Amino acid sequence: MNILKKAFVISSVASALSAGSVYAEGTVEVLHWWTSGGEAKAVGELKNAFEAQGGTWIDSPIAGGGGDAAMTALRARVIAGNPPTAVQLKGPGIQEWAREGALNNVNDVAESEKWDGVLPPVLAEIMKYDGAYVAAPVNIHRVDWMWANPQALETAGVSEMPTTWDEFNAAAEKLMAAGIVPLAHGGQPWQDATVFEDVVLGIGGADFFRKALVELDQEALQSDTMIAAFDQLRTMRGYVDENFAGRDWNLATGMVMRGEAGFQIMGDWAKGEFLAAGKVPGVDFLCAPTPGNGFVLNSDSFTFFEVEGDENIAGQQVLASLIMSPGFQETFNLAKGSIPARTDVALDAFDACALRSHADLLAAIENDALVPSMAHEMAIPRSIRGEFLDLVTNFFNSDMSSEEAAQSLAAAVARAQ
Amino acid sequence: MVTRTQKPVPFSQKFESWLPRIVVSPLFALSLFFVYGFIGWTLYISFTKSGVMPNYTFEGLSQYERLWATPRWYVALGNMFVFSGLFIVISLTIGIFLAILLDQRVRIEGVIRTIYLYPMALSFIVTGTVWKWILNPGLGIQNFVRKAGFEDFSFDWLVNSDYAIYTVVIAAVWQSSGYAMALFLAGLRSVDDEILKAAAIDGASAFRTYFSVVLPIMRPVFLSTVIILAHLAIKSFDLVIALTGGGPGYATDMPATFMYAFAFQRSELGVAAASAVMMLTTVIAIVVPYLYSELRGKKR
Amino acid sequence: MNRRNLGGIVQQKGARHLAMRALLFLTLGVFCLYYLAPLIVMVATSLKSLEEIRTGSLISLPQDVTFDAWSKAWSSACVGVRCDGLKPFFWNSVAMVVPAVAISTILGALNGYALTKWQFRGANVIFALILFGAFIPFQVILLPMARTLGVLGLAGTIPGLVFVHIIYGLAFTTLFFRNFFIGVSDGIIQAAQVDGAGFFGIFFRIVLPMSLPAIVVTVIWQFTQIWNDFLFGIAFTVGDSNPVTVALNNVVNTSTGVKEYNVDMAAAIIAALPTLAVYVIAGAYFVRGLSAGAVKG
Repeated sequence: MNILKKAFVISSVASALSAGSVYAEGTVEVLHWWTSGGEAKAVGELKNAFEAQGGTWIDSPIAGGGGDAAMTALRARVIAGNPPTAVQLKGPGIQEWAREGALNNVNDVAESEKWDGVLPPVLAEIMKYDGAYVAAPVNIHRVDWMWANPQALETAGVSEMPTTWDEFNAAAEKLMAAGIVPLAHGGQPWQDATVFEDVVLGIGGADFFRKALVELDQEALQSDTMIAAFDQLRTMRGYVDENFAGRDWNLATGMVMRGEAGFQIMGDWAKGEFLAAGKVPGVDFLCAPTPGNGFVLNSDSFTFFEVEGDENIAGQQVLASLIMSPGFQETFNLAKGSIPARTDVALDAFDACALRSHADLLAAIENDALVPSMAHEMAIPRSIRGEFLDLVTNFFNSDMSSEEAAQSLAAAVARAQ
Repeated sequence: MVTRTQKPVPFSQKFESWLPRIVVSPLFALSLFFVYGFIGWTLYISFTKSGVMPNYTFEGLSQYERLWATPRWYVALGNMFVFSGLFIVISLTIGIFLAILLDQRVRIEGVIRTIYLYPMALSFIVTGTVWKWILNPGLGIQNFVRKAGFEDFSFDWLVNSDYAIYTVVIAAVWQSSGYAMALFLAGLRSVDDEILKAAAIDGASAFRTYFSVVLPIMRPVFLSTVIILAHLAIKSFDLVIALTGGGPGYATDMPATFMYAFAFQRSELGVAAASAVMMLTTVIAIVVPYLYSELRGKKR
Repeated sequence: MNRRNLGGIVQQKGARHLAMRALLFLTLGVFCLYYLAPLIVMVATSLKSLEEIRTGSLISLPQDVTFDAWSKAWSSACVGVRCDGLKPFFWNSVAMVVPAVAISTILGALNGYALTKWQFRGANVIFALILFGAFIPFQVILLPMARTLGVLGLAGTIPGLVFVHIIYGLAFTTLFFRNFFIGVSDGIIQAAQVDGAGFFGIFFRIVLPMSLPAIVVTVIWQFTQIWNDFLFGIAFTVGDSNPVTVALNNVVNTSTGVKEYNVDMAAAIIAALPTLAVYVIAGAYFVRGLSAGAVKG
């Protein structure tokens, strides 16, 4: 009896120890929509790094631009009571889910690694709920970029990248005269909204952007500045080719690559496309921020949902720490085209456009010109963003007047609040 | 006073007479719960302020007010009627037409029928993707015809806000008219030869025979086909998503895609529920009277 | 004397007949083109190389036929971080469809049989209520169903998806069988009853064997609906247990990266092959089944 008891104790201790070592590595089930091409490669980096530490990665990819199908699946799973461990979720969406009590926090990791010190304040706020970190950012994307084909510009006689929207219009006219499509655009609501918010930044500046698109001030939404922004958007509608409707953004990038179009206005994931095709910045393509001297911030992040079980929680902690580690931030962002979310990562391996982005980021933080993107769900809840997108895309695809647009926009925002 | 004499009913027979009810009832109860129960849940949610997740505090009609103040909803509603109407009518017409043609003792009927019927087998995602290319002005038909020399040819419905909904009709009709044809062909084949002979003896032309004699006999087939086509029209969520994504802008939005967008993309469960209730109301208003009039006539 | 074709109604009358016949075939031919064109585009595109797709028009025939896209779609296309192609998800769909179709068909037969051959009060009302379930848009039930599946412990699994498809397939299977059985004379049932057979006895020994046409129609319909379903697939399954439609969507609707049209088309065809095969092979039985009254009033 004594021996048996001893054996039992020993074996249970042994299994507890070995189970303990399994717990230390952790298991994560990750829901995301980076399903192919460069993006899958990027998320593959995270998976490899996680597994290298001994963890188990269960992949739940659900494709569909912007993550719509993924959000459906997420909702169903949370309601069913078995949420994934980590979800590719960003912006106010994080706070929405947190308010429902659906998230776990990783504040222990954040505090011990001092995240507050290395993340831009605007971004850190978005990753937190009630002061505790519930998500970890993998990158910083800049939305207000302009990409151009230098040969096309040369043919049309455009000598430099425009720094105001008027200069852009002038350049566009020259391109049109030369038979080149001035603006490569994909007619999807989020792309229309991307151009829209870049235009707002350029016409009204960072303060106006904040007032209208973040704080949703009714006066700002109906102001003459807003009407001027819509006027500019209307002008730009004339610079896209007739097949723009429904086109995917990377196909528009392709148009610029091949010289069929002069410009594309898109975030820096477009750079990932250029690089993946072997194009060299400065030689095969040019990058410049859109007018406005600001920085429109977008950031992908993984949000940690409320799961139980030591293995899962350990997995979340390990993943959080991994995501914010300088090494991973560098590898991931080299693959994705963005810059690290951590401001203290050395950027030696990054290209000229990334370096420019970083420099502008620091300047914008100082000048209070860093604004969260409305189009990419960083600034406002999805319910209100939905109204923006509906209105902007309708404006772009119809002959609505700018005055009417501003009025309807204000009414729509009021409706959604 | 009326006296009734009743024969005592043996237990086994009584049990047997209850058996059908016993068999059907769990299946019926499942239907009750999973269909009507869930509809009830949605109805309730439409009266609450649900956003990201369901929230059960009662709020009155505010979500409906919000719904009817949203311009996009009117576009979706209009599209539903336009699309469903055109889709059902055109599919019925093509279906009957092709069925009559195939009824003419064509030697290779089997092959032709398979060709007409196979689109039904494809998922809407597949159909939408292929037709998206075929109808794309820069890649598909317009490009093809222009390259063939007709420089002025234009067929850009897909990217035109006013005409895009008709492209959805084209793709949907392509997918389902063969099925309607199969149903009508089966119906035609089951028409008694005697009736046809009688009509021929009376001197009726082929045309008149079909119109005045055969088609009226096929009323039950009409019912089944309309039910199936209406079901497909409502289901055409997948097709719209794959073909136009609801665009250009939201010109091809339908109540089904509207509801989906508000529920899952915009964290507005309350509005989505309200739109779902409106969808159901429309369906009820059309389907129930039709079902009632048809089933009532079924004397057994 | 004019020959009469007793099967068809068009009378054969010499030259006019020939002209009508020619017109008939012309019309049939035009429609054939309409239905076949997209398939031709799909197949042609799947056999081209990416270069040819970029430079040529989408409707042109391939100059250099290559099957690379097919092998990639089947076994190495990337769905997220998993680069096993459509193969594993294809088998998921099979594992899901077979039980769902079998069970919903049997239940529908039982339902239809009970509702028509055994008169009881409210049979028509019950049928109407069940049938109406065919019209609800499935988005309406996504969330409550998700909660229910969670409670039942079936969330994220293939059995859970099978369960959902059975429930929502009941309306149509019942419809098909009910309509079929209405056309079956009551005499057979009554004779069997006189012989002493009971409810289930009659069902299994007499009714079921004779309802082959209805079974065929039902199975074909259910197979198509369930195999092609997308919405339930993304809402109720997770990652590795996804059906092939969800995997196809992942492959085709990339949010970034190069759009490999040829792989996309090959993948679409692969996903559609089972249902296509069913239709090509069983199409004749399908129509025969319909004629036998599965869809008559």
